[in-house]
Parts: sequence; C-alpha cells; structure tokens
Amino acid sequence: MSDPLIRIESIAKRFTARAGGVTTVFENVHLAVEQGEFVCLIGHSGCGKTTILNILAGLEPASDGYVFVGGREIRGPSLDRAVIFQGHALMPWLSTLGNIAFAVKSRWPEWDAARVREHCQKYIDLVNLSGAEKKRPAELSGGMKQRVGIARALAIQPRTLLMDEPFSALDALTRGVLQEEVLRICAETRQTVFMITHDVDEAILLADRIVLMTNGPSAKIAEIVVNTLTRTRTRYTVHKEPHYYPIRNHLVDFLVSRSRLFNEALPAGYDPKHPPVVAPGLVEPPPAASGGPVRHAEKAVVVNLRH
Amino acid sequence: MSVKGLQYWGAPLLSLAILLVFLGIWHASTRQESGARVVDAEYAKLVGAEAATGKKSAFPTPAEVGAKLWGHLADPFYDKGPNDKGIGIQLAYSIARVLTGYLLAALVAVPLGFLIGMSPLVYRAFDPFIQVLKPISPLAWMPLALFTLQDSSVSAVFVIFICSIWPMLINTAFGVASVRREWLNVARTLEVGPVRKALRVILPAAAPTIMTGMRISIGIAWLVIVAAEMLVGGTGIGYFVWNEWNNLSIANILSGILAIGLVGMVLDQVLARLTILVTFPE
Repeated sequence: MSDPLIRIESIAKRFTARAGGVTTVFENVHLAVEQGEFVCLIGHSGCGKTTILNILAGLEPASDGYVFVGGREIRGPSLDRAVIFQGHALMPWLSTLGNIAFAVKSRWPEWDAARVREHCQKYIDLVNLSGAEKKRPAELSGGMKQRVGIARALAIQPRTLLMDEPFSALDALTRGVLQEEVLRICAETRQTVFMITHDVDEAILLADRIVLMTNGPSAKIAEIVVNTLTRTRTRYTVHKEPHYYPIRNHLVDFLVSRSRLFNEALPAGYDPKHPPVVAPGLVEPPPAASGGPVRHAEKAVVVNLRH
Repeated sequence: MSVKGLQYWGAPLLSLAILLVFLGIWHASTRQESGARVVDAEYAKLVGAEAATGKKSAFPTPAEVGAKLWGHLADPFYDKGPNDKGIGIQLAYSIARVLTGYLLAALVAVPLGFLIGMSPLVYRAFDPFIQVLKPISPLAWMPLALFTLQDSSVSAVFVIFICSIWPMLINTAFGVASVRREWLNVARTLEVGPVRKALRVILPAAAPTIMTGMRISIGIAWLVIVAAEMLVGGTGIGYFVWNEWNNLSIANILSGILAIGLVGMVLDQVLARLTILVTFPE
C-alpha cells in the first residue's frame, strides 16, 4: 500500500475542566485518507468532529498525536489544505470576485490582475455563479454564499479540501443541488476531500468511506464503512441502488444506538489503530429480512386474532 | 395632501412650524413695551437707556439677531484688528485647530488602538491608563499644556488632541479585538502575512467601529474648542463669543452660537457619510 495523503496518528483533544479534572473530547484517533478519496466523518454533536477538522486544517493544536500530510507533519494552516467553513466565512466587504481573488492572490502573489481575474472566473463558472461576480455576500442567498466558499477553496487548487458541515445551514432543496455539484466537481478534479456531516444521506451520496465516531466524551472511531455504491451515483438514483438501504440502515442504527453504547462495551478485539472496516452493502440480507412480508402477515394474523 | 406627500413633506413642515412658534414666543417676550420703568442709574448706563427705561429688553428680538447674522454672512472675512474679525475668520481658526488636533490624535490613536486590539496582553496592560486618563476633562490639561508648550494656540491644539484621542483609541482597540474569528481563520488557512492580514482583513472588518469612534471624537473636539478658546483667547469662535460677552452684544453671541451649531452639524455629517462608506451589510 502506498503512503496515504493524510495520516492521522493517535490524535486526542483534552480540556482542563474548571474543577481541575481533565475532559477528554476524543482520543486515540487514527485515520488515513488516500489521494483522490472522499471521506466523510459522521457523529453526534460533541464528539469533536469539528475539532478533528480544525486540527487537520492546522487551526487548532491537538493535545496529543500527529497529523501527516504528504508524509510531512503539519505545522499550522497551509494553502495545501483549503477549508470550507460551516458558516461560509466570506468577507462581507468584498464582492464574490473579491473574496475569491483574495484567496487566489494569497496563493500566487506574483500574478497580475488580469491573470487573477481569469483564474477566478474559471471557478466562478465552475460553481455556476456567473453573473454574480460583483455582488456582495449580503446580496446572495445562503446557497450562493456557500458556492462562493466552495469556489474560494477550490480556486487555490489545494491538495485536500476540508469541509465542515458545509450544507447544514441550507434548506433541503439548495443542499441537494449543491451536493450534486460537489459530486460533479470532485469527479472532474479527483479532489481529495475530508468532510464532516451529520446527514446520513449526504454521506452516502458523496463519500467513498464513511468514518463513524462514537459519542463524546472520550469519543473514538467505532468503525469505517466502505461505500460500495457505484461512483456514478446521483441524488435522484442513489436510493434505487441495491446497496443503498443496507448502508443507510447500518449508519442510522449506529447513530441511533450504537454510537452511545459503543464506549460502554468495546467489541472484542477492538483496536483504535485499525478500527473495523465494514461493507454493509456487500452483506447478503439475512433470511429474516427477505422473509419480511411473512412476518408482516403473522403480525396481521395476530391483530386479527385479537379482534 | 396625498398620503405620500404627507410622508415626504410632513416632517419638514412640522420643523418649520416649531421654528415659527419658537420665533413667535421669542418675539413676543422681547418686544417693545410701553410705559417708563425706573431702574438703577448705573444699570441704565450699562445696558443702554432704552432697555433701562423698560422700553426695550436687553435681549435682542429675532429680527435684530437676523439683521446681525445677515451682517456677518454678508462680510464674514473682514479683519479690523485683534478684537474685530469676521465670523468666518474666527470659525476658520477654530476649524483649523480642531482638525489639526484631531488628525494628530487619529495618527496616534488608530495605530496604537490596532496594537492594543491585536494583543490581549497589551490590551490589559494599557487598560488602567486609558481608564484613568479618559474621564479627565480636557480643559484640566490646559495649565499643564500652557506651562510645557508655552504657546496658547499650540495648547488649544493639544487640548483637542487629548480629548479626541480616547474615543478613537478605545473604538479602534475594540473593533480590532472583536474581528470575527472565522475571518481570521480564513486568513490563516490562506497563509496571509501579518501586514496583509492587518490591512485587508482586520482594517476593513474594524473600519465601521473605528469610524464610529472618529465620529464621537470630532463631536467632542468641537465641544471642547469653544471652551478652550475662551480660555486661551486671541482668535477662534470661542474667543469671539467671549469677546462679544465683554461687548455685551447678545445678538452677536447668538450669531456665534448658531454658527457653532451649524459647523458642528456639518462636521458630524461628514463623518457620518464616511462611516456609511466603510460599513458593509452583513
């Protein structure tokens, strides 16, 4: 196996509580992300998802452990790791073009204005914002603002894209459209993406692998789910894929109960360095499941008897 | 009048009505009265025979003030010696002092405020000094300024400097310290250098707060210059008002007061426009 692009080794985040004790948000987190891979991290609020992303971005130090990108340990933020923030984080005094140009000029300070403009326009067109170049963020809808955020991140041509619940503040329709575009853009650019979400459908639609985190405190990676759906999925057809429901049920089951119970009883042989990798899409549905209608009939019979 | 017309013209018409009522009351209470009233002969000498006999109030009528004001406006820039200069010249002296002291204060306050706002440590270190110096009446500095600077005009500028520095300093520090974390994080992930970050991220983000401080400062500076010039004398609108008090020309005092109000309003409006220019919609 070649060296992965991102390697997280045993990172932890701890806070000193006011009473004097130490609160461990998460610990012993190991993860590797390959070049060109789209990895989603799912977990409940408070499990430290955003902290992990901030550590990857270099915005926050880890209490423990190391992060390597391209074989080098990271020291602070870098233009190689672009971040798409949850709340778009656009500068309200700059136009769409101004916001993207600010990033482009940071990446290539030696470029002249015409070259910057041309480069920005390419990414404005990519996220379908042509015509809104001169608008300030206040004049844009939530979805358009997030498009600017995506264009700004992609325009600096980073090696990895880090997304922190980028669509959570959007309405369902806009979210769907933007997910589709991210899917298209990532397919075109083979961008390496690490994304945080709490939306199961979003993870299945976008990710190659879905990392499940247990609830905090002392959150850890419970398992890694391989998304066995075809890469050419769209949001209109994804739920018709045969593997869709087994994967979805697995994820929902995890979020509903197993994320909470996992820490109480660690499975035998659990190794945080190599959390179990599962592919629920490939597991043959157990006979009970195929016999669903029969059980349903039995239930109906019971109901009838009661009458 | 249509509803739309009332919305547009209602307020100006009401303002005009208030003005007319005010002028009417003023006129009624200062109009010539019949019948002689005997007063002290010394007082009669002081205020003039007509006022003393009760025929006329010492306080001028609106028409008299209007006539005086027209006289000032017709020839604002004459200069007939130290105690007889046009109101325009006096205002120009005051505005020049205010702008000099104010701009010097801005040159110190904005960079220093930036430094204080950038570092919580420096913020806490400077805070006690600011808290003690801020409530000192600027005029309290006057004797010290006269002693050290040994020039009354420079002392007046110094008083303006010291009174306008605090709002700018405090607002700049506050504006810089409260720049949103997410914008700073964007700058960090883009590896923006410190100078570029200060000029392209922090300055525009803090500009509305800084400008608000500058607007407060210009208002205070204009309040203080009148008092300062009354103390240092020589030139300026404050000296003009004091001189006319010595001349017992109430009409001239009122003209001066009106001029002070109008110039103050213009200064405030200029800063208000500049504030709008740097304010961004969220």
